[in-house]
Amino acid sequence: MKNNKNANSNSIKKATRRWGFLFLGPVLIAFTIGFIWPFIQGIWLSMCQFRLISDAKFTGFDNYIKVFQDASFRHAFWYTALFAVVSLAIINVLAFTVAYILTLDIKGSNLFRTVFFMPNLIGGIVLGYIWSMIFDGILGHYQTSILLESKYGFWGLIILMCWQQIGYMMIIYIAGLQNVPGDILEAARIDGATSLQTLFKVTIPNVMSSFTICIFLSLTNGFKLFDQNLALTGGQPFVIQQGGTTIKTTEMLALNIYNTFYSSNTTSQGVAQAKAVVFFVLVAGLGLLQLSFTRKKEVQQ
Amino acid sequence: MKKTKKFLALALGTALSLSMLAGCGGNTDAPSENTAEATDESKESAENSESAEAPATEDTEAPAASGSGSVYWLNFKPESDEVLQDIAAIYKEKTGVDVKVVTAASGTYSQTLLSEMDKSAPPTLFVIGNQAGVKDWTDYALDLTDTPIANELSTDAYNLYDENGKLVSIGYCYECYGIIVNPDLIVKAGHTMDEIKDFDSLKAVAEDIHSRAGELGFDAFSSSDMDASSSWRFTGHMANLEYYYEQEGSTWTECPATISGKYMDNFKNLYDLCINNSLTDPKELATGGHDAENEFKTGQAAFFVNGSWEYEAVKNDVPNATMIPYYCGVDGEEKAGLNCGTENCWAINCKASEEDQQATMDFMVWCVTDPDASRKLVDTFGVMPYKQAAESTNGFLAAADAYTADGCYVMNWATNFQPNVDSYRATLVSALNQYNADQSDANWETVRTAFVDGWAAEYNAVNN
Repeated sequence: MKNNKNANSNSIKKATRRWGFLFLGPVLIAFTIGFIWPFIQGIWLSMCQFRLISDAKFTGFDNYIKVFQDASFRHAFWYTALFAVVSLAIINVLAFTVAYILTLDIKGSNLFRTVFFMPNLIGGIVLGYIWSMIFDGILGHYQTSILLESKYGFWGLIILMCWQQIGYMMIIYIAGLQNVPGDILEAARIDGATSLQTLFKVTIPNVMSSFTICIFLSLTNGFKLFDQNLALTGGQPFVIQQGGTTIKTTEMLALNIYNTFYSSNTTSQGVAQAKAVVFFVLVAGLGLLQLSFTRKKEVQQ
Repeated sequence: MKKTKKFLALALGTALSLSMLAGCGGNTDAPSENTAEATDESKESAENSESAEAPATEDTEAPAASGSGSVYWLNFKPESDEVLQDIAAIYKEKTGVDVKVVTAASGTYSQTLLSEMDKSAPPTLFVIGNQAGVKDWTDYALDLTDTPIANELSTDAYNLYDENGKLVSIGYCYECYGIIVNPDLIVKAGHTMDEIKDFDSLKAVAEDIHSRAGELGFDAFSSSDMDASSSWRFTGHMANLEYYYEQEGSTWTECPATISGKYMDNFKNLYDLCINNSLTDPKELATGGHDAENEFKTGQAAFFVNGSWEYEAVKNDVPNATMIPYYCGVDGEEKAGLNCGTENCWAINCKASEEDQQATMDFMVWCVTDPDASRKLVDTFGVMPYKQAAESTNGFLAAADAYTADGCYVMNWATNFQPNVDSYRATLVSALNQYNADQSDANWETVRTAFVDGWAAEYNAVNN
């Protein structure tokens, strides 16, 4: 009996080992075509000069040198970093607040959740154009425009992103808040904790995993932002320096890469590709750093 | 519960970082995402289209298509797409040769070309419209010197050559731009078209109309929005007057490394006239949202800065519409004509198969010689500079002809040399936005910097 059982599981293991690749195959192929191959090709192209990707010429690290000499890329990086940090903070504070309020048994909270979530269903380009009209409708009264002052462009984009993202993050926080065990909350109440103490000492530590996800999402979203940036300001206003070079004051990293790719210099495609690789390393690095940092704050029940 | 949450968190995180990776690595695919609007369903089933088997229709003018080639035309003008699809169907019916017409979405031609050329069945007929295009694509273009299509041309004014003298692309239509005028409104305001002879007289008429706009019920200029759908009328077209006069009688054959900006004040004259005698407060131009064409069509404005392609759109509402030159206060400008030129130049892909090249050549010759086909094409393009092509019915191109017949000089499209054009114009738009909001001398200096120094900076960015 015992032997038989062992033999049985052994043969299953064997079969799995032998035929497993059949089941892995489709995913592996799709993954290779859709991700691994383009990614390797992207890294290869970042070291080439090319117009059509089928006749790329290897140029080594020239593109990377140009990337780090490019003042517009550095400006875009700092601008993006500032944007990502500010939007991360505001979005998460507001999203958590809204989620907290909507889990307090308010009448019609389902309706509120739906309404707050809805902006997420609209595409970024559409949002950008709609909001540019809204902002200009207001700023027009003061004889100015979102395209005339970079601070308007910055805060405009923050408002747009909050409007779009808070609902999404709110849903994740609500899910987290509903998972906080009732007995812990009850214990806190019996021990005489004030509601503020409960919030900070009990609830928040227990929804830390939601914070991990939301902060990760809003950080990477902030860095990768493209559509909304393109549609809202497109990098305007520019600072036109002596000598005619310009700094696009509200241009973020992704838009900078896009603009580089489509400028008509023969080497610009390769440089844009190198920027994209640098961009990837930055975003991936920051994302992982943040993950490992907030993970430590999570509590085990 | 905790485990599920952890797992979910991990799954979400992984999914996100993967999509991020993919987004990054896939950057080279970006151009193909700006997809061409493939409106033609008939794919290149070249093998099936034996022209010999196709019953020859009574029209003997249809050239006997040789071999099994097919044509793939990457079209540059979205507004002509419908007509071109018709033409392709007619040609297919007459000769059995497949013609696929794909139209790049507005403003994305260069991205579309870039991705289409990389495919296994690239366009056989495409557009190389300016010297920058010649530089980028000359290796892919057949030398058209003394080819059947080149022999049909009535003028070589719109041909593009590379530095080795190779005929890279030839014009299939040309256009003109200037200031579109509604003569009826001018008369209604108590003036005549004959009054407008130069900048001073144009200014007098425009300022008079603007000052009495309330009483007349219409204004002088339609809105000059600075959003992407409209700003090119100024940063591309009106800017041409500065470049044109700066050539001092000769014409540029390649992009100059620097420009002097000698005629910037003349550009300012006309630009100021436009924005300050208009339906719209200049402070409201930055994000646009005004429909200048509609303002002109509905008789709210007497002047409209645009080009000959607008004729079809305005001819029903403003049947007498005509076009006048960019008068800007230059000496001798009574003899100025319209800005004529083209970015519509055919090139044949020399990397396509011999059969496809031949089929493409036959198709092009048919387009400019067949009476019905050229009639249709001329109606959408305005005019085709070929000996046997149909006559133009475009009132603005007729005006251009009339100026030339009166001995006026044609202002060539020097604006086509703008280096790194999208970036150059975007900078200019930014500077003009500041100026529109506050017309101070300092802000005009910024415009000048963008216009003149920006040229040199973009030239260096592209050529070094």
